[in-house]
This record gives sequence, structure tokens and C-alpha cells, in this order.
Amino acid sequence: MGSHASKQIDLNTLWGGKISPFSVSYGKMMMWFFLVSDALTFSGLLIAVGFFRHKYANIWPVSEEVFHALPFMGHKHFPLIYVALMTFILIVSSVTMVLAVEAGHRKDKKGIIKWLFLTVIGGLFFLLSQVWEWSHFIHGSDIGAVKVHGEILKEYGIKEQSIVGHGVIAQWADADGHKLEYIEKLPLNEAQKEKIEELTHHLHHASDYTPEELAPINKEYLALMESLGLHLRLPSKAEDGKYYILTKEQQKALLRTGKPVFGANLYENEYGAKQYGQFFFFVTGFHGFHVFSGVIINLLILINVVKGRYDKRGHYEMVEKTGLYWHFVDLVWVFVFTFFYLV
Amino acid sequence: MERDDVIEYSLDAHHSEEEGKKIRSKIYKVTLALSVLTIIEVGLGIIASGWYGVSWEVVKYTFIVLTIIKAYMIVMTFMHLGDERKNLRWAVIIPYLFFAAYLIFICLYEGAAKMP
Repeated sequence: MGSHASKQIDLNTLWGGKISPFSVSYGKMMMWFFLVSDALTFSGLLIAVGFFRHKYANIWPVSEEVFHALPFMGHKHFPLIYVALMTFILIVSSVTMVLAVEAGHRKDKKGIIKWLFLTVIGGLFFLLSQVWEWSHFIHGSDIGAVKVHGEILKEYGIKEQSIVGHGVIAQWADADGHKLEYIEKLPLNEAQKEKIEELTHHLHHASDYTPEELAPINKEYLALMESLGLHLRLPSKAEDGKYYILTKEQQKALLRTGKPVFGANLYENEYGAKQYGQFFFFVTGFHGFHVFSGVIINLLILINVVKGRYDKRGHYEMVEKTGLYWHFVDLVWVFVFTFFYLV
Repeated sequence: MERDDVIEYSLDAHHSEEEGKKIRSKIYKVTLALSVLTIIEVGLGIIASGWYGVSWEVVKYTFIVLTIIKAYMIVMTFMHLGDERKNLRWAVIIPYLFFAAYLIFICLYEGAAKMP
């Protein structure tokens, strides 16, 4: 039984059955096996991301173009810098964790408290970064996109389209964010104005309605626009980089079937394939929940260390065990970073 | 019932001050390597699209190789799997590799199947 003990283990340290497989404690081994099973869950998720990425290769967004903002920096272009910063924060908090474990091996209580505290702070920073990134992803760009027949047309970014009392205003933005505006004054009677007010009110609160409720309102709105002889001028970017006005037929097709999309939710997103948003929420959310529980566990262990509970016990193995979990969280993020953001 | 997680501990639960110094310098080296690799990954992602003659495939596989190197360093140094007994090391790694490879295989194999 060579695997049992390469060194003599005193009786107090042995497991209940009076042997210690692999010469590790029961708790540490079980933590390892838990981590293996959890790693398989994440593997399944990331492999599923790869599967859908190839299935929808032509509409899968490029992450560098989706995540390129930094807090307080407005709309400047920093592809993936923020995600890299998050990765770095998590790596650093992993380092402080391993330093806490090392201090634990020397029974250096002050050292453990310092490093474990910094680990908790690092974890909180990561969580807040994730909150910021989620809100940025959900909010989306000012330009948005138009969805036609379930396909996202990014270059026809829409800002707003509305009929107001005195006429019609359509605001669009091209791919570079330049605002294009179209205003047409209308000779409207009171009844028409009221109808328009009512319909635009509904459409401005579109998120309060189900798609089934919204469809007739939309239809009525579009019919009204057509009856007034309105058509929207949509710029479209051709391959030579110039903008062309769409033909009337194309505009009509867009008006009938097109739908402005801003940001992201579980049903659609302005960036491309809906599976991209779904996997973003699920994979980073599942990982974020791991980080959250890790921060809570680290905090509890920290409180125990401060109280001197492990000092009495004679060893700081609990720090080592929570450390294993925390490193695992970092490890998973390294893979998420590569397989969701980079590749 | 007596809680057995209270009394037991691993053989390697303690080390001396000198050993600690060595371990810490190793930790700092690995930290530096991990940071540099992350910077290389992001930099590569930014400039790779502008390189002529370098296909995205090559960049992609570079990313995957760098990631596996990073994972190896985290698991072996930070998680101290490198310091555990050989048997535990393989008991953790082999089932994982086996099932991950199986998942990838099934995805590629079934993904390539034609619908009847």
C-alpha cells in the first residue's frame, strides 16, 4: 500500500479507519474531489460555448468589440483591457491567498489575517467589476442595432424613432456613432395627435408589455406612419465605406419587420447571436456566484482566525482548504477568459 | 460524535521560516509569470487582427496553450498539487482529463453528425 504513507503518521492524525490515503487529511481530499466535479461542470459549460460558437460562427460577436469600455473613460476603445484587469485582480487575490496559506504553515497569525483580509478585498473588487461589466453589457451602446427576421443588423444603429405632436423625428446613428436626424413636420388634426401620443406612450414603455400585446400597437403605429405617407431614411454602409439611403422597398421591409434592439437580455442582444448573451450571463454568473461564496467563506475563516480558533487547534488547515477553493475560482476564470473572451 | 476535521491534519501542515522564504520567492515568480502571460494574451488579441500572414487559427491555439500553461502553474504551485503525493495528483488529474476529453470528443463527433 505504497500510496498510504510515505512517512510515519501519528495515530491522532490518521483518519477514522486508522489509515490516511495519499497522506492527506480527509477534508483536503474531499475538497479536491469536489473541485474535480465542479471543474467538470465548468468544462461542460465552456465546451457548450464552443459548440454554439461554431454553430453560429457567422453571427457570433467578437468579444473585443463588445467589451471595450473602461469605467470613467467614456466611449474610448480599450478592447478587453477591463476583463484583463479583472483577471489580474483575481490572480493577485489568489497570490494573497497562497501567502495566507504559507503564513498558516508557519503559524504566523498576523500574516494570515493580513493576507486573508487582502484576499477578501480582492474578491470584492472582482465582484464589483463584474457588476459594472454586466450593467454595461445589459445597457449596451447608444446606437443599438436593428433586428430583421431574427438577424441583428449592426450597421443600421437606431437611436430613437417617434412621432411627436408636430411631426416625425427619427434619429439614427451610423456605425461610427454620428447622429443622423430626420424631422418632418406634419399637418395633424387633434384626433391624430392624440392617437399618436397614445401609441408612442405605449411604445416608449415597450418593456412593460408582452410581445403579443406589443405586436398590434406596433402594427397600428406603422400603419399610421404609412397612412401619413412617412418613410424613414435609413443610412446603410456599403462595402466601399460610403453611406447610401435605402430604397423605399428596403425601408418598408425594415419598418415592417425590423425592431430596434439595445443592450442585452436573455432573449436577444444587439451584439449578435442570442446564445452569446445567454452564455455570457450563465457562465460569468455561475462563476461570479462561486466568487461570491468564496468571499463569504474566506470572511468566515478570517473571523475564526481572528478569534484564535485554529490557533487552539494547532494547525491552519481550514485556511488551506478554503485556499484550494479560492484558487479553483481563479483557475476557472483563466479558462473563461480564454474561451469566452479571447478565442 | 467527535468532529474528525478538528483533529486531523496533513503531513505537510507546517514548515520552517527558511522553507517559507523559498516558498514565497517561488510564489512571487509564478505571480510574475501569470501576469506576463495575461498581458501577452491581451496584446496578442489586439495586434493579431492587424498582422498579415498570421491566421487567427494560430493565434487561437497560442491562446489555448498559454491558458494551459497558466492553469498548470496555478494548480501545481498555488494549489500545492505539485507538493502532494503522486497518487493524489493523478487521482485528481486523470478523471478530469478523461471526462473533459470525452466531452470535447462527443461535442465534435455529434456536432459534425448530419441530421437525417
